[in-house]
Order: sequence, then C-alpha cells, then structure tokens
Amino acid sequence: MADYTDNEMMALAAGRFIKNGDIVFAGTGVSILAATAAKRIYAPKAVIFFETGGIDPSLDEIPMAVADLRVMSGTCLNSGLIEAFSIVGHRKLHTIAFLGAAQIDKYGNLNTTVIGDYHKPKTRFSGSGGACDVASFASGVITFMQHQKRRFVEKLDYLTSVGWYKGGDSRQKLGLQRGGAMAVVTNLGVMKFHETTKEMYLSEYYPGITIDKVIENTGFDIDVSQAMETAPPTTEELRILREEVDPQKLIL
Amino acid sequence: MAETPRKLGKRRSIMGMYPEIDDKLMTLEDTVRRFIKNNSQIAIGGFTVTRNPMALAYEIVRQGIKDIHLVCHSNGQALDVLIGAGCVKRLEIAYGGNGRYAPTCIRFKKAIQRGEIQFEDYSNYQMSLRFLAGALGIPFIPTKSGLGSDLINLEGFPPEIRKEKKVASKKYVVTQNPFNGEDDKVVLLPALNPDVAIMHAQYVGEDGTVRIKGLTFADIEQAKSADIVIVTCEEIVPRSFIRLDPDQNSLPPFFVDAIVKIPYGAHPTAVYTCYDYDPKHLNLYKKVADDDRTFKEYLDEWVYGVKSHEEYLEKIGSTTLLQIKANPVLGYAVGLDRK
Repeated sequence: MADYTDNEMMALAAGRFIKNGDIVFAGTGVSILAATAAKRIYAPKAVIFFETGGIDPSLDEIPMAVADLRVMSGTCLNSGLIEAFSIVGHRKLHTIAFLGAAQIDKYGNLNTTVIGDYHKPKTRFSGSGGACDVASFASGVITFMQHQKRRFVEKLDYLTSVGWYKGGDSRQKLGLQRGGAMAVVTNLGVMKFHETTKEMYLSEYYPGITIDKVIENTGFDIDVSQAMETAPPTTEELRILREEVDPQKLIL
Repeated sequence: MAETPRKLGKRRSIMGMYPEIDDKLMTLEDTVRRFIKNNSQIAIGGFTVTRNPMALAYEIVRQGIKDIHLVCHSNGQALDVLIGAGCVKRLEIAYGGNGRYAPTCIRFKKAIQRGEIQFEDYSNYQMSLRFLAGALGIPFIPTKSGLGSDLINLEGFPPEIRKEKKVASKKYVVTQNPFNGEDDKVVLLPALNPDVAIMHAQYVGEDGTVRIKGLTFADIEQAKSADIVIVTCEEIVPRSFIRLDPDQNSLPPFFVDAIVKIPYGAHPTAVYTCYDYDPKHLNLYKKVADDDRTFKEYLDEWVYGVKSHEEYLEKIGSTTLLQIKANPVLGYAVGLDRK
C-alpha cells in the first residue's frame, strides 16, 4: 500500500520535467503543487509565473485561483494580462505551461469548453481562459488529467487548445512556430509524444499500476512498448511537498 | 461624521470635500441609473475571485437592468450573479470560473446549458487584445493565438445578430501575414469599444487618479476602450498621496466618468492589500446557486433584501470581515481557512 496520494505522485512526476532556467506557467490545483515542488526540489532557478501577470511570487501559501492575492505577493513584478502573454511566447524564454482539461486526444489537443454540441452543450465548462493562448505560444505544455476512457478520446467534443493538432508537422503548418504537447501526467502514469508522428505513448506507469490498466482507461490505441515504472516519491520529496509546498493541505 | 456611501452620493452632501471630482462622485444608485441601460455593452473588471465590482453588480441587479451584452476575459462572481439574476442577454467571454469555489461558474453554466443566453468564446489574451485594439482606436488586431482551435472554427452568436450594434460582423478572420511572402497565418481579432467599463480599485485620488494595487489584469485596457468608465473604490485618498508615487497609478482622471466610494465593494471577491476572498460566502453561494429556488432566495436575501451596502456588510458580519482582512504588507489574509 503506497503511503502517498495520487496528487502527490502527479505533482512530483510533473515537477521532474522542470529544469533550472525554465519559466513555468502554473495554473491551480495539482499544477501549482507541481510548479512549487519543482522549484523547491529539482530546479531552484526555475521561475513560476501566472497568466494573470504575477511573476515569481513567494508562494508561502498555495493560491486557489490564478488571480488569488497570493500570486501577487512577493513577486518581482506584477503586470497585466498582455504583458503576461508577452512572456509565454517570448522567443528568448523556455516556457513550460501546466494545463488541465476535460478531454484530451492522442495528439495532446485539449477540450476545456463543452461536452456535447458547442451551442447546446450537455455540460459547459469554464472555457479557454488562457489555455488556448499558452498552448499556442509556450515552448511546451504538460497536461494534468484524470486517466479515464471518457477523457482520453478519439475525437474531442471541442478543440480549445491545440497540441500537436493532427500529428506530424501539422502544428507548424497551422502557423504556430514552436511548442506543442510535451507530456500528460495522470493518476496512472506519464504519457509523452512520438518524435515524428506526435502520437501519444505511455512513457511511465506509477508503482502499483499495471500497463493493462492504462490501456483499459485510454479511449484510443496507445503504444506502451517503451513504458517503464516511475520511481516512487522519496521521503524527502514527500516531506517538502507536505511541509513546505502545501502545509495547509488545501490540495494534497 | 461617518461617511456612508449613501451620504457621499448625494452630491452636494459630499460636502465639497473633493471639489476636483465633485461632478464624478456619486452613489451606486445614481451611477447605475445614469450610465447603465438595458442593452448596454459592459466590460467587467477583475479576474475570477479578485476585484469583481460586486457592489455595482448588485445594484445593477436591484435596478432590474436587462439584456446586457457582457464582455470579459476571465470573470467569476460578478458575471455569475448578473447572469443568474437574468440581467445578461449576450456574452463574449474567455472563462467563467471562481477558483475552487466554482471551477465553472454555476449560473453561467446553467444559462448556457439551457440556451438562455447568446455566447461566444474567446481566450484571455484574445479578449485583452480586443480591448487594447479598442483603446488604440484600431479596428482589429492580429495574433497567433488560437490557430487550429475551435475558438476560431466555431462562431457562437447566431448569424442574424451579426449586423447589430456592438457585435462584430465576424468572430475572427484568419489571413496571411501581409509582410511575409511565405505561408504564415495570423488571426485577426475585432476590436471592442464597450458602452461602459466597470471596475473596482483600491484608491481614487481626490483629483480622480485611479490606483489599482497588485495585478491590473486587463482593467486598464478595458477602461480605455469604453465610452463610459465607472470606478468603485475602497478609499478616496489625498492628492498629495496619489501624486507622491505616480509610477503606481493606473488611470489618469480624465478617463473616469463616475466614482463611487464603497469599502468592501468587491466582497466576496478579493482586493489586494485590503481583504481576501470570503470562503464562507463563496461556499454558501456554491451551495445555493445550483438550484433555481435556493438561488432566488439567495438574491432575495443578499441583493434585493438589503437596502444598502452597509446593510449587506452587516449581514456578512464583523467576524468574517476581520477574518478576511488582508495583511497590508503581504496583501492577503494569512492563514485564512480557505476550504
């Protein structure tokens, strides 16, 4: 029996992608845990910033929304939305965006708008917010998902944020000069994208999870030939997450 | 003498305290009566749980304004209350959410699922650029954002309203970069020039200068793009104070048409250095908003049933107001129970 939660494993699995010098575009929920964990554990010289314009806040408390007052506190700069997006797409910066979605397809395209018909939806979600923008501009996108068949779908009900579009070089042909889906971090494991076809494949599955379970919960065929078991969280990683990143236990 | 917004508003009774803005200082009631009309296109300031002009939104509801065309990037509580109270006919939006208290705004979600409002989706950056274009007086503005997405592929508004005032003839145009012979596409976004921009700020100087502390979101672009700008604020501050540190100011006086001093005017959303969002109230809202009957009871109790913003704050109670009071140095309420 693992002595850590799904959210803890996901935050650490995503955090391990972040390198010193990266500019990390964080959202809320697990994404803010991952960004903060990355900075405190793996990449102290990474910078966390928010689409709302808060750059490098101290994050002594976990923000519950990207406009939370806590993203404005201890920053190097508080800017506006337009300035924030000039950072996401800046040619000199390596920006990694953390997103979440209701649906994802095998090319890492995301839906955060509706289930069902756009005009008469069965379920309406919040909408793009800044997701479509960062998916267009960031150097790479890491998406958090609950790994379920109804979320990993052949065809999205609505394409809010472009990943690898239709695979191959189709993203570039759209006129998007850089970026694309980098990884998908779920409660079962970590997916990446094939270098040329841009199709999703299983890269890691967590301790205690089987490859079959991933296949069963994915709504399209997924290559599992390169899959390896993820290293479990270390005691130190968990300590930092619990004591420093989210001491109020708002998300963990 | 205690300054209540009600007294402040009776213009002469503002007592000539602020002669430079005497013609702009008014009550919530007068401001809405004068500037917000049925069918107005309104840009709303703030972002999800922060700096929503709530007192003004409540007054719009109380005055029964209908058929508003709301334009915003990411909005939360004000958006949801205005939609829920039936004030909104048309919506251009990037995001309707209230942090963990409503990952998707509840009445917004219902209104769309029931087909009660006309809506069209953009992204945050796109909406911000549209306000910027409006502020700059240019008819459209290019971006790369959204290429390939359904934001661009699917129009939300029905074709028959495309000819109406304040509705763009098309949602987007995708075209070639005219400066580049190669195949390089851009998205053109239509500018926005709303009838009214409403926003809540920490300070307005007695000279009318506006200061937003913390993140400004797209409030400044929204204000500059609009015909009329209404600013509600926590405090009116001396000219000597607001001009001591002009680098911190957000809007010069001549953009502003109406000023309402209304402390806690963004409650239950947050105002940096003043107060945090109110988890208790947002949780209460979450509980009642999902059901038509309990939502109506909520409006009856908290909006229609209060005679003034003071009465509303009395109902919130001093214990809560103290709990959400921000540490003025850190900007938020340290250790606030936010569950």
